[in-house]
Amino acid sequence: MSVRRPETPAASRPGGPGLMGGGAWGAMGRPPEKPKDFKGTLFRLVRYLSPYRKKLVVVLIFAILSTLFAILGPKILGQATTAIFNGVVGNLIAVRAHRPTHSLDFGYIGHIVLILISLYTVSAVFNYAQQYIMAGVAQKTVYALRRDVDAKLARLPLKFFDARTHGEILSRVTNDIDTIATTLQQSMTQLITSVVTIVGVMVVMLTISPLLTVIVLVTMPLYGLVTGVVAKRSQQYFAAQQKELGRLNGHVEDMFTGHTIVKAFGHEDRSIERFNLINDRLYTAGWKAQFVSGVIMPLMTFIGNLGYVIIAVVGGIFVTQGRITIGDVQAFIQYSQQFTWPIVQTANIANIIQSTVASAERVFELLDETEEIPEPTDAIVFDSPRGDVAINHVTFSYNSDAPLIDDLNIDVHHGQTIAIVGPTGAGKTTLVNLLIRFYEIDRGRITIDGVDIRDITRGTLRSIFGMVLQDTWLFNGTIRDNIAYGRGGATEDEIVRAAQAAHADHFIRTLPQGYDTILNEEASNISQGQKQLLTIARAVLADPAILILDEATSNVDSRTEVLIQQAMATLMQGRTSFVIAHRLSTIRDAEKILVMNKGNIIEHGNHRELLAQGGFYADLYNSQFAGASLDDAVMV
Amino acid sequence: MIRLYQFLKPYSTALGATVAFVLLQTLSTLYLPTLMADIVDHGIARKDIGYIVSTGEVMLAITVGGMVCSIAAAFLSSRIAVGFGRDVRAKLFARVETFSLHEVDLFGTATLITRTTNDVTQVQMVTLVILRMMIGAPITAIGGLILALQQDRPLTLVLAVAVPILVIAIVLIARAAIPQFGLMQIKLDRLNLVMREGLTGIRVIRAFNRVDHQTQRFDHANTDIADNAIRANRIVALLMPIMMLLMNLTTVAILWFGAVRINSGGMHVGSLIAFTQYAMQIMFSFLMVSMMFVMIPRAAASAVRINAVLDTVPEIADPLHPIEAVGGPEISPPSPTIEFRDVTFSYPGAEQPALSDISFSAGLGEVTAIIGGTGSGKSTLVNLIPRFYDVDRGSVLVDGVDVREMSQQTLRAKIGLVPQRTVLFAGMIADNLRYGNQDANDAALMHAAEVAQATEFISLMSDGLGATVAQGGSNFSGGQKQRLSIARALVRKPEIYIFDDSFSALDFRTDARIRAALKREATDSTVLIVAQRVATVMDADRIIVLDDGRVAGIGSHRELMHNCNVYREIVSSQLSAEEVA
Repeated sequence: MSVRRPETPAASRPGGPGLMGGGAWGAMGRPPEKPKDFKGTLFRLVRYLSPYRKKLVVVLIFAILSTLFAILGPKILGQATTAIFNGVVGNLIAVRAHRPTHSLDFGYIGHIVLILISLYTVSAVFNYAQQYIMAGVAQKTVYALRRDVDAKLARLPLKFFDARTHGEILSRVTNDIDTIATTLQQSMTQLITSVVTIVGVMVVMLTISPLLTVIVLVTMPLYGLVTGVVAKRSQQYFAAQQKELGRLNGHVEDMFTGHTIVKAFGHEDRSIERFNLINDRLYTAGWKAQFVSGVIMPLMTFIGNLGYVIIAVVGGIFVTQGRITIGDVQAFIQYSQQFTWPIVQTANIANIIQSTVASAERVFELLDETEEIPEPTDAIVFDSPRGDVAINHVTFSYNSDAPLIDDLNIDVHHGQTIAIVGPTGAGKTTLVNLLIRFYEIDRGRITIDGVDIRDITRGTLRSIFGMVLQDTWLFNGTIRDNIAYGRGGATEDEIVRAAQAAHADHFIRTLPQGYDTILNEEASNISQGQKQLLTIARAVLADPAILILDEATSNVDSRTEVLIQQAMATLMQGRTSFVIAHRLSTIRDAEKILVMNKGNIIEHGNHRELLAQGGFYADLYNSQFAGASLDDAVMV
Repeated sequence: MIRLYQFLKPYSTALGATVAFVLLQTLSTLYLPTLMADIVDHGIARKDIGYIVSTGEVMLAITVGGMVCSIAAAFLSSRIAVGFGRDVRAKLFARVETFSLHEVDLFGTATLITRTTNDVTQVQMVTLVILRMMIGAPITAIGGLILALQQDRPLTLVLAVAVPILVIAIVLIARAAIPQFGLMQIKLDRLNLVMREGLTGIRVIRAFNRVDHQTQRFDHANTDIADNAIRANRIVALLMPIMMLLMNLTTVAILWFGAVRINSGGMHVGSLIAFTQYAMQIMFSFLMVSMMFVMIPRAAASAVRINAVLDTVPEIADPLHPIEAVGGPEISPPSPTIEFRDVTFSYPGAEQPALSDISFSAGLGEVTAIIGGTGSGKSTLVNLIPRFYDVDRGSVLVDGVDVREMSQQTLRAKIGLVPQRTVLFAGMIADNLRYGNQDANDAALMHAAEVAQATEFISLMSDGLGATVAQGGSNFSGGQKQRLSIARALVRKPEIYIFDDSFSALDFRTDARIRAALKREATDSTVLIVAQRVATVMDADRIIVLDDGRVAGIGSHRELMHNCNVYREIVSSQLSAEEVA
């Protein structure tokens, strides 16, 4: 059971994009996954963005403009400071020289203030506009990705789904696509802003004082050193922490889901002991990871402060020598502080992009899976199928080495019932799956009314069949909608009549909301037997020529069981039926019995013929059904 | 959340040290602009290079000191927060292990797992953030304010305007954005639900030719979440530009009013520069605190969930003076191994009792079968024997002793349970089989596997008994898991076997074979079988027919066919007329 929810956008964005570097810091911890084909995948991802080319250009321009305006701020502010300082110093000199002092040049300062206000406002507006547009682009791209994955899943053969767990497939649609969404939304513009800031700040600093710039640049390798050395260390510890956390979660899941067994076998103490062992290891890995990642910030601040002190001292000396102004020093201090974040961020974004591309690669892998054989272009249309089924020389295997069905021949006529019997895992469902073309046969052919099933569309083929499976799949919605699922556009009257035929009408009407009762996620608000009745009603409504039935073995109480049997009998009337049978009456009444074992049909014939053969079927029959009356039967 | 912090007690020394280090570090950061102002006003204005250099040296020393302090704080806070998480987690896990099935049902397994893992991690993370930033932020705010006041008092009025605007802006944006993200979570769940349904129902969807319908449903959910995400992100996008704008405008305001103050001779230029920096530090700390208020509610919700588990005391506890079983086969006359005396039991909050007035007894070497429809109380009945629940009225006796007077340990050591829902643990097959009896040798394991008809598939695996079992046993089929679960109970060689619908995933043939082998194996044990299939129970010494929690009949197959309607009904639904005879 998996109770871990996919990380939500809300969870991965504490309070907005990058204000405290919420997203960026998180990524500094975890080691990035490496994509196999970085370039190719990135290129494909970029192609998904191509419909928004114009908007992206606007985003780029806005981001650059916004950053540039913000960068200009300190320089202009510095000019105002210089003006004030010079005014003050001028007055100081004037006082000493007994000359009249002047008031500060408020016209000039006011002018600068107005420029600053407009600069900052414009910068903010551009910044917002850029993020506003990007939100649309990012989410629409992600929407397209999800849509494509879903459409792809609809075209994939069942073989694909058999080989993977639901969780595996789901995590592509949720986690992987989510990662892409977050990156598009935040990291892309962050990257642009950071690069522009670094370059822009550098240029502006150069225009103020090349020498001071060089001094500031001396601290740059230190940043690189810290991000390189410490971040690498922290990634190791985070990986260790992640591993222990996985172990701990596994143990907790195992123990809590198996609570009954833990209790029954008196294993509480041993379970706690093992938990504490893992928990202690998690602690060791955890605090180290937190510590090392926690050191990054102080170190960055230290380097920042180092730059600050150097600027203060060297800048101060330069001012006394008249080489630069006091405002320049102030601007430099602000610039050196603006420097820290973009550098940290760019280092992180490299990691983020790497894991995003890895996510994208997994999504694209899914999109590249081999699809079902395309539908024939000149498909034959059936008007009213009779339901004659012929299986000729059919060979099939899930994987090519061991044939599961070998040279099978069956001829079934309209209205006949074919019982398929055999032990668990004998391949009974496989046969059924071939009929409705869930899997493609390797050799031979299957025909319905003389037409090869590969010559009609899957849709047409499946509309000929109706299915009632043991796995009573119902979806989250009303009972009415679930029955109506059998055929699109069914009227209320038809739905009720189908429910009546399936003996489901009565229990539905006893529910407080009747047909409007909403089945919850696990459909746990109705019993297993009632679910079975609903699936029968669904099949009745579909009114197929050929039926596939899977008789339930357990978990249904006896009264509902009787109803189910009656409903199934009604449903089978006048139709060709393939029944995966467990009930003796069904088997005995069948026109043909297919006895399967280990994937092969080893015997076929009717009940009498098979008993006379004295083979596997006779053996099976005796142990299963006749056993009750034999004294030496295997009872405890 | 505060209640949880009693777990911080062992760390009080480290906690105090952390606060001290954060304080020192904050002071060092705060002191730098003052020194900078000194450089400007004293050093530069008087062209005193010596002063500039010596002040620079002091600044450098302070910077180094600040770094050392914050690294020390990072070290301590990591150990405190992670250690705190470890302690809460351990306490939580140990508590859940004492829970009876009732408490587990009350919470649900899934949420208990989340509480022990995610919720604790959430609280741990916030604790770390609090230690790292929350402590620092108010100190910065207050210290910054004091120093700013020192630089120039009237100018702080600018802050009196700017800070409230800042806080209000954050609160407004957060208020607008948080519900949007809440909605997004719901829509994401919806998207996952549709997707999951599409996967689990893939055969039905394709068989009914409703692929397009499913695609539409998905597209609807997909559009819905995309629209919502755009809306949410556009609101959040406001945050950064507005914050930056406010900060920058504050700087501009300080410049203007500072210039006015300087002009009137109330303040120096260096003070202006320092003041600007203090203003930024103060506003940043308010920003942090506001962010904290966005983060804390989520952690508080986690804390509430954790506390709910810690506050739950299991209703089933061992007696103060447990009695060892005095009855049993050793004494004469032997008391029955299992005896139910007028047992009535209701699940908490249920209107109807799940079991009413159940009485029966079962002795050594006997097989008792329990049959009945779903919800008739079969599993409930057997769950009372290992005292997973306590009865409302009457009593359950094992070896002549009320199960409430024994220690749970003693009681459960007598029982080999095969539950309805098969549970295997991650590890090797051998580990799983040895679960109930650590000392069993490989021969004993193989023998049990033989009886449970599991040898065939175990021997097919390359590692045999050493083969790996994935978490939850997901690499085995239902039938295989059931057989391993049966073998596990057999290895225990218990006095009492309980098979709770343990043959449902097996075909009739394997079912019959296991029962035959069991019959030879369990001659000196008491066996209870819960089943749905008549064929499984027909040859039991005693069949208990349950109907709506009451005994509808007790007796052998033949007797019940004569005098029990419910039984006849069940039989006729499963066997055709000939077999019934």
